[in-house]
Amino acid sequence: MSAEEPTARRVLVTGLATTWGGQLARALESHPQVEAIIGIDSSEPRVELERTEFVKVSNRHSLLARILRAAEIDTVVDVRLAVNSVAMTPAEAHENNVIGTMSILAACQESDCVRRLVFKSSAHYYGSEQDDPAFFTEDMRRPHRPRTRLERDIVEAEGLVAEFAHTTPRVGVAVARCANVLGPGLDTAFTRLFALPLVPMILGFDPRLQFVHQDDVVRALEFLTLSDLGGTYNVAADGVLALSEVISLLGKRPAPVVPPVGTGLLASALRVVGVRVPEELLNLLRFGRGLDNRKLKAAGFTYTHTSREAVQRLGEHLRLEPVRRGLEPAYTYEREVEAFLRWSPYVRRERRGGREGVEADHEPLGI
Amino acid sequence: MASDRTPLGATVEPAAEEDQGPPGTEVALPAEPEARRALMPAIEPERLVNDWGRSERVEGAIDRTLYEFFYRYWFRVEVEGIENVPDRGGALLVSNHAGALPPDAAMIAKALRDEHPASRRLYITVEHFFKGYPGFSMLLPKVGGVAAHPANVHRLLYDEGECVLVFPEGRKGTEKLFKDRYKLRRFGRGGFVRAAMRAEVPLVPIALVGAEEAMPVFAQVGLLRKLTGLIYFPVTPTFPWLGPLGILAYLPAKFKIRFLEPIDTVALGGREAADDRALVQTVAQEIRARIQENLHDMLAERRSVWFG
Repeated sequence: MSAEEPTARRVLVTGLATTWGGQLARALESHPQVEAIIGIDSSEPRVELERTEFVKVSNRHSLLARILRAAEIDTVVDVRLAVNSVAMTPAEAHENNVIGTMSILAACQESDCVRRLVFKSSAHYYGSEQDDPAFFTEDMRRPHRPRTRLERDIVEAEGLVAEFAHTTPRVGVAVARCANVLGPGLDTAFTRLFALPLVPMILGFDPRLQFVHQDDVVRALEFLTLSDLGGTYNVAADGVLALSEVISLLGKRPAPVVPPVGTGLLASALRVVGVRVPEELLNLLRFGRGLDNRKLKAAGFTYTHTSREAVQRLGEHLRLEPVRRGLEPAYTYEREVEAFLRWSPYVRRERRGGREGVEADHEPLGI
Repeated sequence: MASDRTPLGATVEPAAEEDQGPPGTEVALPAEPEARRALMPAIEPERLVNDWGRSERVEGAIDRTLYEFFYRYWFRVEVEGIENVPDRGGALLVSNHAGALPPDAAMIAKALRDEHPASRRLYITVEHFFKGYPGFSMLLPKVGGVAAHPANVHRLLYDEGECVLVFPEGRKGTEKLFKDRYKLRRFGRGGFVRAAMRAEVPLVPIALVGAEEAMPVFAQVGLLRKLTGLIYFPVTPTFPWLGPLGILAYLPAKFKIRFLEPIDTVALGGREAADDRALVQTVAQEIRARIQENLHDMLAERRSVWFG
């Protein structure tokens, strides 16, 4: 990936229980120059991890700072931002996105080993409005004030990160603004929308939408973590699709049933009945959004999926969904088992590490 | 080091290769068009819609039927000086504008597609409010409409090397009444000149005769405009008398499109001079004067509104 990277890295990943945290930690494990990986979250990880040390901790900055200092962490990867309203209530999202970001930044500031911060943000930063450019570049500010709480929180969190970057010059800060992510394990407003048998559209609108495949987001985060890049990067796959195109790629039928006038009123009415319409979708379904992804490509990153391919992968997943439903999760975290595997003298370390790319001679945690 | 790192706002200076080093080197888009083009999204031939939302299928269907009818038989379009549009690379076309639902853009696009030796396709800048109109929002991008945002125009001209049509009169042109026909309105703030200079592409002025008579606007009704929420509420020979469809009922005026000598923006100073407001204003004025002059010339030659 990033060219020669001689210096060893000691990485802390926040939000290990999220898809991003788990997948990113797994990806980082295969890099020998990453000598330590610590993952923190308030709930348990959902993927099997080889040498990542999981610490269950809330977003309290004093505790975080102690972990950072004790493990001499030099790279913090913050992937915990909630970027769609189906996962959390607005109040929880605010707590996580704004207060959580504040405490992580405070902890980074306190611990003087930290040299690098990678922050996963979202293209919701740009919003979706009538007078948007067709392709947002990283240097564009959003033309209007945020409309939804989620957007407001994301803008505020990015503002905090930008301020941190200015006041703490010893830390290089990279921000990844991800387009709407599609992937098999994800539960977002869009995957829910596309799982419906008839996909509702706002009558008279066919917005341009851009997606990025889950694996590409993980790879981009991995790339940014191991590189020395600073600044903001859009993470979005090649290709901006029309919603009608997306629906036909999924093999679904469009239902242009949402009235163009009073869409917000309809959404609030539905909310009263108990159907929560993710409010960040309303404008996206009307005006859409496109991102300019060339800056990250210029930095040397290559995408494995285009937007179209990401949609096709989702289509395959959605078709398999009824068959897969009810199967046991492949992995559940058991504290004792993990401790045994990591620390017991009876575990033969040279025979473990069967997972591709992991060399057997890694000491757990590298201590 | 971090003081010049600006994750939000402020444009990013290109980072030199030498001063790479921790913490945090910012990468910027390369300035050369070739390098930028290499980073453009890959073209997927299976797709029916391009990244701007343009659909060859929808456009082709409309082109073969509606446009063809209007172009060949209704307006009997006559084209002059099409060779002034370059065969390849970006070009910014600047035209006068008229009609409540202006037919001029579609006819210029059709002329470029049918008469130009390289059969160039044209992107037409439309105002942002169309993106908020149901129906229009869906249809306009499909046939080559692009929101008139400077970033959009720059990407099309500089990175993609496409032809872009602008109407600097904008809404003021379509609002004007029949008695003011062929009197050019103010040419915006000269943003189009700046766009062409930044992209270093030629400016091709266009004088177009016929659109004013195809849909003469006799009055604008302010009250009805407010009540209907439209951008304007014109009174034409057929609208609102024939209902919403009346907006498509054009009179069979003879169309003449004259492509004028291109203006070389590189000779004017190119990218470096794009921020020179005085120069930009002067060039905008000059283009306006040339179009006006050619309109007068064409009108003087014209013996009949309907037969040319």
